[in-house]
Amino acid sequence: MSSQPEGVHLSSESYRSSGFRPQRRRVIAGAAALAAVVALTACGAKTDAAGGSSDQAAKADTSGDTVRVGLLNSLSGTMAISEVTVRDSLRLAIEEINASGGVLGKQIKPVSEDGASDWPTFAEKAAKLIKEDRVAATFGCWTSASRKAVKPVFEKNKSLLFYPVQYEGLEESPYIFYTGATTNQQIVPALDYLKSRGEKSIYLVGSDYVFPRTANKIIKAYAKANGMKVLGEDYAPLGSTEFSTIANKVKASKADAVFNTLNGDSNVAFFKEYKSAGLTARSMPVVSVSIAEEEVKSIGSQYLAGQLTAWNYYQTTPGAANTKFVKAYKAKYGQDKPTSDPMEAAYTSVYLWKAMVEKAKSFDPEKVKAASDGITFDAPEGTVTVDGASQHIHKTARIGRIGTDGLIEQVWDSGEPIEPDPFLKGYDWASGLS
Amino acid sequence: MTVILGQTFTGISIGAVLLLIALGLSLTFGQMNVINMAHGEFIMAGAYTTYVLQKSISGAGLSLLVALPVAFLVAGALGALLEWVLIRRLYLRPLDTLLVTWGVSLMLQQLARDLFGAPNVQTRAPDWLTGNITVLGGSDPLTFANSRLFILGLAVTAVVALSLTLRLTSLGRRIRGVVQNRDLAEVSGISTSRVDRTAFFLGSGLAGVAGVALTLVGPIGPTMGTNIIIDAFLVIVVGGIGQLKGTVIVAFALGVMQSVLEYSTTVSVAKVLVLVAIVAFLQWRPQGLYTLRTRSLV
Amino acid sequence: MTLFKGAPAAPAGKSPSVLAGRPARAWAGFAAAAVALFALAPLALSDFRLGLLAKYLCTAMVAVGICLAWGRGGLLTLGQGVFFGLGGYAMAMHLKIADAGPGNLPDFMQLYGTASELPWWWRPFGNPLVALAATVLLPMAVAAVLGSFIFRRRVKGAYFAILSQALAAAFAIWLIGQQATTGGTNGLTDIQGFFGYDLDDPVNQRMVYFVIAAVLLLLIALVRQLIHSRYGELLVAVRDSEERVRFLGYDPANVKLVAYVVAAGTAGLAGALFVPAVGIISPAMIGIVPSIEFVIGAAVGGRASLAGAVLGAIGVAWAKTALSEEFPAAWTYFQGLLFIVALAFLPGGLVSLAGIVRRRRAAATALPSGGAA
Repeated sequence: MSSQPEGVHLSSESYRSSGFRPQRRRVIAGAAALAAVVALTACGAKTDAAGGSSDQAAKADTSGDTVRVGLLNSLSGTMAISEVTVRDSLRLAIEEINASGGVLGKQIKPVSEDGASDWPTFAEKAAKLIKEDRVAATFGCWTSASRKAVKPVFEKNKSLLFYPVQYEGLEESPYIFYTGATTNQQIVPALDYLKSRGEKSIYLVGSDYVFPRTANKIIKAYAKANGMKVLGEDYAPLGSTEFSTIANKVKASKADAVFNTLNGDSNVAFFKEYKSAGLTARSMPVVSVSIAEEEVKSIGSQYLAGQLTAWNYYQTTPGAANTKFVKAYKAKYGQDKPTSDPMEAAYTSVYLWKAMVEKAKSFDPEKVKAASDGITFDAPEGTVTVDGASQHIHKTARIGRIGTDGLIEQVWDSGEPIEPDPFLKGYDWASGLS
Repeated sequence: MTVILGQTFTGISIGAVLLLIALGLSLTFGQMNVINMAHGEFIMAGAYTTYVLQKSISGAGLSLLVALPVAFLVAGALGALLEWVLIRRLYLRPLDTLLVTWGVSLMLQQLARDLFGAPNVQTRAPDWLTGNITVLGGSDPLTFANSRLFILGLAVTAVVALSLTLRLTSLGRRIRGVVQNRDLAEVSGISTSRVDRTAFFLGSGLAGVAGVALTLVGPIGPTMGTNIIIDAFLVIVVGGIGQLKGTVIVAFALGVMQSVLEYSTTVSVAKVLVLVAIVAFLQWRPQGLYTLRTRSLV
Repeated sequence: MTLFKGAPAAPAGKSPSVLAGRPARAWAGFAAAAVALFALAPLALSDFRLGLLAKYLCTAMVAVGICLAWGRGGLLTLGQGVFFGLGGYAMAMHLKIADAGPGNLPDFMQLYGTASELPWWWRPFGNPLVALAATVLLPMAVAAVLGSFIFRRRVKGAYFAILSQALAAAFAIWLIGQQATTGGTNGLTDIQGFFGYDLDDPVNQRMVYFVIAAVLLLLIALVRQLIHSRYGELLVAVRDSEERVRFLGYDPANVKLVAYVVAAGTAGLAGALFVPAVGIISPAMIGIVPSIEFVIGAAVGGRASLAGAVLGAIGVAWAKTALSEEFPAAWTYFQGLLFIVALAFLPGGLVSLAGIVRRRRAAATALPSGGAA
């Protein structure tokens, strides 16, 4: 290429007539290759989708002696840090159920798909699980964005999703069961707890996405009705790891407490900065709603000891069901692996589905839904009950304090399971929210 | 007043982090024109080195200090390997290098996930690095975080060491020679391929050092590299290719700008404003703040 | 290939200029592609796979623009996500307004918004014609403004690439920050209808596929015309030696600008059609990662040839689906490996394989004529 002929190219007319024609072969080759790609895609489809094409609401395939369920979690990308453990926990529940005879006499066969921390990918994989694998139910999703992306897919195909993570409420999809906490089972009790401690002012720190923004709207409404002051509100982009300025702002505000709705990586940076700024759990406690045992392990109790969390389950929650769960999890995945609230909610969700199926004596989503009301399960977090109308579950709220050993010790609980109220209809101060 | 001083220090400390993560790039990208998207994963390798060392060395302080040279070697070796296997085939194709190293970074992330687990891992900082020192007393004391001071010191040390190496050693002269005129260097008897590999080793090694420093302020996980890599490239591009001076000035300038804007607006708005300012700046000075003077037309 | 016979695997973006082919054979290739897209694929594929193919075809549209701007013009367009997003959001905003019905707010605004009426900048998109025009014109206008600054200041090479990425990052962060009016991280989801057609209905999903396939073929034809015009040759000349073109009295900035704007338009159109095909547009489709993925498809297939870029984009997107279905926990290894092998060892992309084979065969029968390198 050293003696470039570009100069020649400029006189195009002379070139046109020079019989210079590599291009056509490319077009032909291109068309052939395009056909090949299409054929390949076709092969992929034919092998596993026989006949499932025209029926819009793809029926689950429950004909054999196994029944397939989908596990839809991010195994790559930024959300993998949280979602992989949920997948592990789902697998544990499935193994246990299979070992004890399966569901309606059928062994459960999990089909795992990677949502790749990308919302359109979640939608694609959800459709694949429903239409190609013909799963009876799907378990998974973490971020609200991924749930919003798959929601229409499950609704259109009339297939069930079990969503195991605490979320911002304001949603009741007929085809989603929410086994994590809604706001009145986590955020509102946390605020009640702060109020009972006599904290008069709070500072809000969150990641820039739906859950924190909605949670903070609720918090502000609560604060207004309960004489609390919100001294500031800051959002960092998801994945942001530079928190020195936010720590400075928090410190300057001299608030009584901080309400933290940061997600994932950002928590690590935030708490390291928080400690560097000289702020402590004693001088200004932080209540976090997205920090579970798993996160404590990755941040370090060095930075977290004494801080508060709001969840429905801790590894230390007493009860035989939890002892068994923790033991089984550690035996399968390693003694140093902690269990956490989303993992427990995921584990519970599989058992709840099993109970619903057995009550309905059918894998048909409509019958499963109809059978769901009043289903109870002796979960690691305590007995939970499904509310058939909202498809959420009754859960006990628990406030915990992070110890120097990395475990979370419960300091307060709501005493009894709280009825789910995703739209906060039972709270006067929340009337203007939705 | 406290706020202004505090935010300036915060800005300088953000700048120090930027400088550390960009410094290695100033060699591989700035001097050799290789857009290495796996640079972030070399930073990650440095951070994981700290984590692994802490498992075997009990004292948090000692293990951190040991981690600095070890991470330099680990990341440097990874870089030299990458150069030898792939990049030397791609010197004339900058965008291909970018895409190929992007593929490498995908694989390294997955490798980290398989080796150390998908969740983030924890390192302990020594006690003398978790506190802060009070600079101004009074009711609203001004404090500087020890970890930030440590990173600032590390960044300054690294810059001085790198510029002395480039200026005074024969290796440095050879690197500069190759950067300024590859053909002339080659005919003068310099093995440009060996110089390339050494420069890549140094640049990637510096990424490893940055990784050790980042364990003090941020998360250690498989995707930690992707979050910072673009910032690092921006520092080099705005600073001007082939000049350490520009990198240093721009890192601190962007840090201060970010911290001041963050304080007065929000983090998201500050980030957008900084990016827009960078785009505008490149309109004004398309070759960055400082440029290597050449006679080339392009 | 005579002039370049001896040239080995050409350096990035320096593959031989290709001149107008005889229309007959081009038509044959075109017809084959049309048969594959309009007859074979719909017959052979289930609705689900056809929907995925529609999504791949959208990335192929972006690749058509990348082929022009990068393959032909040498512009390292690493910010196509911005234009894809502009087109996608323009379309999705209209569809959300239409879904909500007159006088109502889109669902996410009722949930997260504060305002009781549509923001002023949403309102024009209520009109279908305005929205349709905006899906193409808006990205083109943005590209024209940006490009005229950037190219006049002679920002190029790695600078242009990094600058494009900075823009993509800034746009994505901005969108995420405006949750009340853009849906934030969620993006615009749950799109029900497409100009009055219910997207739930598989028949209408097929129609969307056919629209996408037709638009893709149309774009290929248009860009092919452009590549084979005098302008196309000038563009290659600018890529290979900008200074010489300048000395000949042309303004390289304008030449590049046209390619950049056309590429932005195709990306915008692709984004717009992505919305009914997938039912969602979100900042996840805009930032740095998707922008790189758009380019990778074209690069793997062969950036300088339209067929290569288009097939590469479809192939890479398909490989992503197939690999991640087969190996959900380890597919990124294979994906990374594919990029590395294809790009490091086949700089002209997969289509250059044919050329290499041909050259080998030619070399076997005759001595290569004066290879320069």
